[in-house]
Amino acid sequence: MLGAAIVAAAVLCATFAPVLAPYNPTLAEFAATLRPPTSAHPFGTDQLGRDVLSRVIFGARISLLVGAVTVFVAGVIGCGFGLLAGYLGGWLGAAVMRLADVQLSFPFILLALTINAVLGAGFRNIMLSLAVAGWPLYVRVVRGEILALRHRDYVQAAVATGAGSGRVMRRHVLPNVATPIIVVSTLQVSQFIIAEATISFLGFGIQPPTAAWGTMVSDGRNYIFFAWWLSAFPGAALALTALGVNLLGDWLRDTLDPRLRT
Amino acid sequence: MTRYVAGRAGQAMAAVFLALTIVFVLVRITGDPVILFLPQDVQPKDIAYFRHLLGFDRPLWQQYLSFLGGAVRGDFGQSLRYRAPALPLVLHRVPATFQLAVTSLGIVACLAVPIGIASAARRGTLVDHLGIMLTSLGQAIPGFWLGLMLIWVFGVWLRWLPVSGYGDWTHFVLPSLTLAAFYAAQVARITRSSVLDALGQDYVRTARAKGLHEPGVLGRHVLKNAAIPIVTVFGLNAGQLLGGAVVTETIFAWPGLGQYILNALLGRDFPVVMVGVFLTSVIYVGLNFLVDVSYAWLNPQVRFG
Repeated sequence: MLGAAIVAAAVLCATFAPVLAPYNPTLAEFAATLRPPTSAHPFGTDQLGRDVLSRVIFGARISLLVGAVTVFVAGVIGCGFGLLAGYLGGWLGAAVMRLADVQLSFPFILLALTINAVLGAGFRNIMLSLAVAGWPLYVRVVRGEILALRHRDYVQAAVATGAGSGRVMRRHVLPNVATPIIVVSTLQVSQFIIAEATISFLGFGIQPPTAAWGTMVSDGRNYIFFAWWLSAFPGAALALTALGVNLLGDWLRDTLDPRLRT
Repeated sequence: MTRYVAGRAGQAMAAVFLALTIVFVLVRITGDPVILFLPQDVQPKDIAYFRHLLGFDRPLWQQYLSFLGGAVRGDFGQSLRYRAPALPLVLHRVPATFQLAVTSLGIVACLAVPIGIASAARRGTLVDHLGIMLTSLGQAIPGFWLGLMLIWVFGVWLRWLPVSGYGDWTHFVLPSLTLAAFYAAQVARITRSSVLDALGQDYVRTARAKGLHEPGVLGRHVLKNAAIPIVTVFGLNAGQLLGGAVVTETIFAWPGLGQYILNALLGRDFPVVMVGVFLTSVIYVGLNFLVDVSYAWLNPQVRFG
């Protein structure tokens, strides 16, 4: 429940950022640069005098949007291919599985980083990179579930009554793999959020002056010796959000699908 | 056993070949490396010259074949930046990463597995709750931020440890902790759950019923059966460490593979990127192969199943 509360707080911050943020997140105030936390600026100000608290609040928008969109895109691609590989099988299914296996033989963050470097930085490209790097996991999960499902009586019965592959998949198979997909997706959200921040931190992905948590920590890195608050607060927001999403995912898994409990 | 190992080795070879293809596609089809590498204001004739010099003006299938042919001989072309063969440049960086990875894996093994076992053996107690809290945090804290905060606490504030570069053992402490944190959390979690799983089995009840003391039950019956998922996660993580190394090495200015790949990416030196990414996947596939072989050794069912 703690997880749900943290996620709800992050979503609220993202939705009502313009109302909640005390200052304009991109407004530079050169008279007040690198101020430590005070009552006027609870999280301090950065090297351009921008209010760190306001930037952290606005940063929630980027993180949550990237997390949600990439999980959705990767999920749709991965589930589609997973259905194909698991239910239809054949050479096409085998080819999809090979591709997924090979993609899984690269470290996820390195693959996403390389794709992003090739595509170029920016909001749309970072989401595309993460989705392209992240779909194979779904293929694994969905295919595994389907292989277990396809010999169930109700699937066999549907086939016996003359239902086509499309109908069987849509009406009988997909609803039964929905639960593991939801659970995996929730846990993937935090992985994608952290991956986006990591790639932005490394100089790709989201570019300054956009207020994104990864870029903010990266900015703060240059001032770590005398202005800890620049990187401490956005990173803490990131860790807290990821923690919330993970706790929510664990809770969903335990409630929806005790079989997956780890 | 031999047939099983041979089969796995064949699959590993196929995976390496496909990885090579993916690396080629990734770099060649998505853009012209020459245009990506050269500055924006360069003359068209210079682009054409460079393209011809590096063979990028040939048909794609020819490029692919010569790329494969070169790869077999260990020739991945020249670094665009250093004008030197890319493979030795990258290989030169492997030992530093290897040392860091081994230290981190050591930390993971010595820290995470005991935490997981203690958590499972004392399920529901304070020890267990503490363990779960620690692992949840470990999985949520991003590596780049953990690294920076460690630098701030131990380097800037306490001034106990060096914050960057390669050197004696003190240089290893912060980077290897940073690299180990996430994986330690993962391994601790999986250890806890597989030990719990094994503790619920009939043979544990039997062992207890015949009067075997608890450490004996854990050591003789539980751990051996809980080992497979632990070995899996451990092996897979060993490969993911290479991805984490990109971040950790960048923060701590560690002269390893990850930092080199990142610099090549930033400098758009794609032959070096290709080698780096490919080498990573080879190590990764190799580790998976070792994990598969260790399955057969740990569990006879896999061997004959």
